[in-house]
Amino acid sequence: MSKSAKRELHIRVDHLTRVEGHGNIVVNVSNGKIEDCRWEVVEAPRFFEAMVRGRKWYEMHHITCRICGICSIGHTLASLQATEAALGIEVSEQTVLLRKLALHAENLQSHILHVGYLVLPDLMGVGSVVPLAGSHPAELKTVIRIHRLSNEFSDTICGRTTHPQRLVPGGFVKYPKVDELKKLRQGLTEALSDLKEVARLVCSLAERFPAFSRETEYIALKSNQEYAMYHGQVGSSDGGTWAPGQYKEVTNEFCVPHSTAKYTKHNRDSYMVGALARFNLNSDRLTPEARAVAGLFKLKPVCYNSFMNNVAQIVECVHSVEDSINIIDRALGRGLALEDIPPIKVCAGRGVSAVEVPRGILFHDYQYDDAGTCIGANLIIPTNQNHNNIYHDLQALLPSLLGKPEKEIELGLEMLVRAYDPCISCSAHYLKVKFKK
Amino acid sequence: MSKPRVAIFDFAGCEGDQLQIVNLEEVVLDVLGQVEIVTWREAMKEQSDHYDIALVEGSITRKSDEERIKAIREKAGILVAIGACATIGGINCMKNFQDEKFVRRYVYGDKAHWYNTYAARPVSAVVPVDANVHGCPINREEFVQVLKALLQGKKPFIPNYPVCVDCKKAGNVCVLLKGQFCMGPVTRAGCGACCITEGAYCWGCRGLVDDPNMDAARELLGRFGISAGEALGQIRLYDGYREEAR
Ligand code: SF4
Ligand code: SF4
Ligand code: SF4
Repeated sequence: MSKSAKRELHIRVDHLTRVEGHGNIVVNVSNGKIEDCRWEVVEAPRFFEAMVRGRKWYEMHHITCRICGICSIGHTLASLQATEAALGIEVSEQTVLLRKLALHAENLQSHILHVGYLVLPDLMGVGSVVPLAGSHPAELKTVIRIHRLSNEFSDTICGRTTHPQRLVPGGFVKYPKVDELKKLRQGLTEALSDLKEVARLVCSLAERFPAFSRETEYIALKSNQEYAMYHGQVGSSDGGTWAPGQYKEVTNEFCVPHSTAKYTKHNRDSYMVGALARFNLNSDRLTPEARAVAGLFKLKPVCYNSFMNNVAQIVECVHSVEDSINIIDRALGRGLALEDIPPIKVCAGRGVSAVEVPRGILFHDYQYDDAGTCIGANLIIPTNQNHNNIYHDLQALLPSLLGKPEKEIELGLEMLVRAYDPCISCSAHYLKVKFKK
Repeated sequence: MSKPRVAIFDFAGCEGDQLQIVNLEEVVLDVLGQVEIVTWREAMKEQSDHYDIALVEGSITRKSDEERIKAIREKAGILVAIGACATIGGINCMKNFQDEKFVRRYVYGDKAHWYNTYAARPVSAVVPVDANVHGCPINREEFVQVLKALLQGKKPFIPNYPVCVDCKKAGNVCVLLKGQFCMGPVTRAGCGACCITEGAYCWGCRGLVDDPNMDAARELLGRFGISAGEALGQIRLYDGYREEAR
């Protein structure tokens, strides 16, 4: 008789890595039968949609970027686009170029933080990044070098790494200098070889990613021009595209009692957003080096292994760096001009935006009265869209782990949730797993 | 001598302050070399570990979180609030000025009763706080400076003069002259007036100075055509809890 047949297992992971909040994994297996396998989100709700009611159009990006410190640039851009759509503000080509750079800076920063400080320790069999300082100093320094560069990247474009100040409705209130952009270009070029080194390292450990597969739907922005991040149509791996304004047809939010974050679903039980979703929908539009790194891992669309989201993040890091170099060349080629913010006529209106942030597609939907005061808002953040998919993935993964020792089950479940990119946490072993015997 | 044990906790917030700690890069390894981080990111209830310093991010927005912060307070020798959400309540307090029933229904519809919440408050409204690292997000250098002072048993220096002083030092042109609003005259300095330097204005994230001269501020802002109502709205962006408590 197999070991799993009469397995007794009661797992409670309290406050797992914050996936945009505090989350718990709860598992109860009795007599080999899975009685409970839940992903709970217990983060204190913050009520942003209600909070912004009564605030002015020029404050919205400042407030809503405080939803998440890690993708504050993405929230800022989604917010600006929604406000601009509502008030009919047109932005210049230079503004779009600089905003795309800002988004790449954040994507690189967030992904390298996750892959380097969080996933790598898992793959190397240690509890956190701290032991790597002793065992793998060169590798850790490479990761820190890329991370620091990504912060300097944000600083150069946005004036700050978290909660940017230069980005406002209509454009920028302060610009990077030509010299700064040239220096940044140099740094990015050097980072390309650093990133390939990290990719090779992860690739050499890739057999540690479980060979898991569960068919699901992937939702991401799609564009005819590029690997869509800043704008595009909402696309599905099951087929079809929707304008950002039709987002509700895709997200279909609903509440579940064990989660303060709302769940979403579209064609199937759940869908996934994030780097893997973007890769699955847009891999043919990646830059050449990024495609080469995908090849290194034999990553091909459509990949149904959620663990491969980590690999898609590495691919995207390379893409963000390479594409940023191209954008800087374009920006410098056309000459950096100090532009005035276009005149803004405050009026009543509604605006919806969809922007790809590190963890997936993000929607902001605002309604203003004729004084430019917000009278309604709806915000759908990436991680919330993933909760339901995490839940279904856990259900699918657990049976295959049941024959293994407890420690391995625990690690497998942790790694699965982490693959979705659960926030910062660099040094501490923050997981609390409890087995009740 | 054993290294001081540090624990980091978060409540309702965006984690931007914790990210600032990570962003110290090599410096963080340096600082970490002098302390031992025993918890980062969640309350390890079951842990018998004790800690000397607790760094707390985020506002308290639920009754259940009160118990958690009280337990942390009991274990910690020194409790430091980091970031506006923790030090003054921050933007979370904006919801305090709306009807709570409405707020919950607006976000969660007919499932509103599943989710508990109450008026957001700073950590100091629930338990005593030994030191504040202000800002939204915190300033990395200031964080290190405060931590160093605490490790040496000193009282950290927190400015009690307005951002305008920092702003003058930074050599900025005053935005009031451009007809823009600014919270600088009544906001606690220490950030180097970074937002104004980056082209914005001061939103007031570090909270009001201890004894803000509101009459003078009103008079000053009035001179630039800014009404008391508008100024109040700006105070409620970050420092609503204080306004509410008065
Ligand atoms: S103070 Fe600001 S940066 Fe810190 S948690 Fe609150 S919103 Fe985020
Ligand atoms: S009012 Fe604002 S811009 Fe003017 S000096 Fe003070 S802080 Fe600076
Ligand atoms: S300038 Fe004002 S809003 Fe900006 S960091 Fe300083 S206190 Fe906060």
